[in-house]
Amino acid sequence: MAVAKNGEEMSALSDALAVLGAAFVAFLGFYLTLFSKDPVMSFHGAVLGVAAVLSAIWVLSSLSGRSEPQPFYNDGPIKFAAVASVFWGLAGFLVGAIIAWQMAYPVLNFDLPWISFGRLRPLHTSAVIFAFGGNALLATSFYVVQRTCKARLFGRWSPWFVVLGYNLFIVIAGTGYVLGITQSKEYAEPEWYADLWLTVVWVVYLIVFGGTLLKRKEPHIYVANWFYLAFILTVAMLHIVNNLALPVSLTSPKSYVIFSGVQDAMTQWWYGHNAVGFFLTAGFLGMMYYFIPKRAERPVYSYRLSIVHFWSLIFLYIWAGPHHLHYTALPDWAQTLGMTFSIMLWMPSWGGMINGLMTLSGAWDKLRTDPVIRMMVVSVAFYGMSTFEGPLMSIKAVNSLSHYTDWTIGHVHSGALGWVGMISFGALYCLFPWLWKRRGLYSMRLVEWHFWIATIGILLYITAMWVSGILQGLMWRAYDKLGFLKYSFIETVDAMHIPYIIRAGGGSLFVIGALLMAYNLWRTARGDEPVDAEEQPRVAAAPELRPALAAAE
Amino acid sequence: MADDQKKIDEVTGVETTGHVWDDDLEELNKPLPKWWLYIMYATIIWSIGYWILYPAWPLASDYTRGVLGYSQRQIVMDQVEAGKAAQSQFRDAIAKAELGEIPQKDELLEFALAGGAAAFKDNCAPCHGRGAQGFVGYPNLNDDDWIWGGDLEAIHDTIRYGIRNADDDSRQSDMPKFGEEQLLERPQINDVAEYVLSLSGAATDKAAAERGAAVYAEQCAACHGENGKGNAELGAPNLANGIWLYGGDKKDVVESIHTGRGGVMPPWHTRLDDVTLKQLAVYVHSLGGGK
Repeated sequence: MAVAKNGEEMSALSDALAVLGAAFVAFLGFYLTLFSKDPVMSFHGAVLGVAAVLSAIWVLSSLSGRSEPQPFYNDGPIKFAAVASVFWGLAGFLVGAIIAWQMAYPVLNFDLPWISFGRLRPLHTSAVIFAFGGNALLATSFYVVQRTCKARLFGRWSPWFVVLGYNLFIVIAGTGYVLGITQSKEYAEPEWYADLWLTVVWVVYLIVFGGTLLKRKEPHIYVANWFYLAFILTVAMLHIVNNLALPVSLTSPKSYVIFSGVQDAMTQWWYGHNAVGFFLTAGFLGMMYYFIPKRAERPVYSYRLSIVHFWSLIFLYIWAGPHHLHYTALPDWAQTLGMTFSIMLWMPSWGGMINGLMTLSGAWDKLRTDPVIRMMVVSVAFYGMSTFEGPLMSIKAVNSLSHYTDWTIGHVHSGALGWVGMISFGALYCLFPWLWKRRGLYSMRLVEWHFWIATIGILLYITAMWVSGILQGLMWRAYDKLGFLKYSFIETVDAMHIPYIIRAGGGSLFVIGALLMAYNLWRTARGDEPVDAEEQPRVAAAPELRPALAAAE
Repeated sequence: MADDQKKIDEVTGVETTGHVWDDDLEELNKPLPKWWLYIMYATIIWSIGYWILYPAWPLASDYTRGVLGYSQRQIVMDQVEAGKAAQSQFRDAIAKAELGEIPQKDELLEFALAGGAAAFKDNCAPCHGRGAQGFVGYPNLNDDDWIWGGDLEAIHDTIRYGIRNADDDSRQSDMPKFGEEQLLERPQINDVAEYVLSLSGAATDKAAAERGAAVYAEQCAACHGENGKGNAELGAPNLANGIWLYGGDKKDVVESIHTGRGGVMPPWHTRLDDVTLKQLAVYVHSLGGGK
């Protein structure tokens, strides 16, 4: 009784805190709306204010329902983030395809500033990395940490604040790009006020995740959670340091980064590379470590490998940033460290690939029968390929050819489309029936189609970029016998035209695959009967439904 | 769950660690793959070797320089010097030579054409086109129609100082804005346009062209010449050869008379060195129409 009373007091306290917090945010938002001289910042203030007011209304209106029994796991925020991931994924892939076509046919910029390549490019990168990938990480990390800790998410409103606040950040960042607000740091384009908001959201994310770990009912912390925790902690540090800036005034969107010159470049690529390392690698390895063994119903291949590759990956990745600045004003010694640590990073990265692939040992037949498993395994294969290509490209001699060329773009996309995209698709195909308590996916045949369309699209993309990148690099460095450059820049651009068309075609295939997925997941969540239930493994069903299915067999 | 759930995995025959999460998540107690471990050691040893050979670790006020004495800056400077040295005999010869002498000597000509082509593609192609074919408002450099003169010296001066810019030595000329400044009535502009078109046999209205002859003689002939052959001294284009910088349709010619046009070319002596300017002149002169 005392415990229940204590619990009620706690939730009354969190309701009060949530309303007070929302009121404070609403005040800040409307203050910006009224007093900022910049129309975009006023608009962003209004978005923030309206969102805070709506949140406060929601908290207040749900006070009466407090005594209703809640399910053990808190899945509401997870459902939201999963749907948001699909939505932003579609938007981000589509913008990517559009700018790919713009590269092939510049007339598609239509001389309109809002849809010019320069503004859509950060919209694309942020939408796919932070909106699609970030929501997939939020959804899966909240799902995984609850299941593997046998504990409900820490906090009453905080999990909701994390997913809603994060998506609010995405809206502010994305509309800012299109309307011309940027601090011009790659993958860190949002201005200071958006950065501050994200910092608050991210600290609450760390508290929710860490708090859930602390109240776990299991003696050990599952390997997926190590990776998720490393991702959350390191991204917090990277985000804060790289975005240290002084705003012109508190009502101006413009700010000046505190670093300058080569220190700024080094900080930026320390951030940029570790965004790859800790957002796109560590976070998604966490996803892999739960969804592959769960779906394959096999134990993780090697516990020891998971420990050694985790710590070596975490220790080595943070040094590798300087390889983005080979042959620049960056001192020789820093370039050396960036290169050698990238080489040493090869095996730690592959540790994850081995553990992912070899977990399938004894269950390889599932590659044939379960396209969701196949998607995740191919994703791990792409992970292995791009984590080999990365160290290769960090070698100075290779980098002198590959740097600034499309080879880099191809490398990024073999990681982004192949690894991050496909592992997220696999996780979403698992999560939707599990979260919405369905017998299975609406259609396994559609997953099959998605798999092949996306895979072919990725291969077209990567090979086109290898060809154009190496061609570009060779043309840039070609001299005639008298010592003059053989090609002008525009001639190298001309040579890219056909690869650019192939790339845009491959990217468009990837979008089509994602559309099939969105349709399939929507039908699944809506509760439509699976069209091919008998072809789906039992593990496709929500955990609650599996005993009944087993009994029926 | 407790740690006491160790069991032998039936498929692989390997023992599990005994940790179980979420009902069925387990781990095998497999050792590290040997090949994996050995390659990791190899990359570490290779890195240590690289650190010994090359600059690597920062110190309080210096850094470890490496036994090879490698310096990227030094290498770049050496390469730049070597590149300059390899070209110096030609560059020195071009610097000393009069413009007209360059095409006389085969090896100087070859060098000037190669260097001129490279400089052209980087600096001139954005306006004149990669093939020097020009665009509307930007002259074609392949034909033998030269607004400011087509011999080597004239081309060189045009490149060096540019046209209608703020440079003291820039070429200057200013065609009146006959329409905008209401120097001519609309019918007069129509008539003189027809007359100008008639010079290359392109008039559409013979009567108007005849009326325009008088206007032409009064307003235009001073610069463009009585028979419309132009005057390179004044930068007045030839109007009789059917080559049109701003288009040869009636409406284009009317527009030219109305606004006076007057394109601008930047001076290049502030951006390119003398030898490059000479090479550019030789290259442009060689394109087909040099006089």
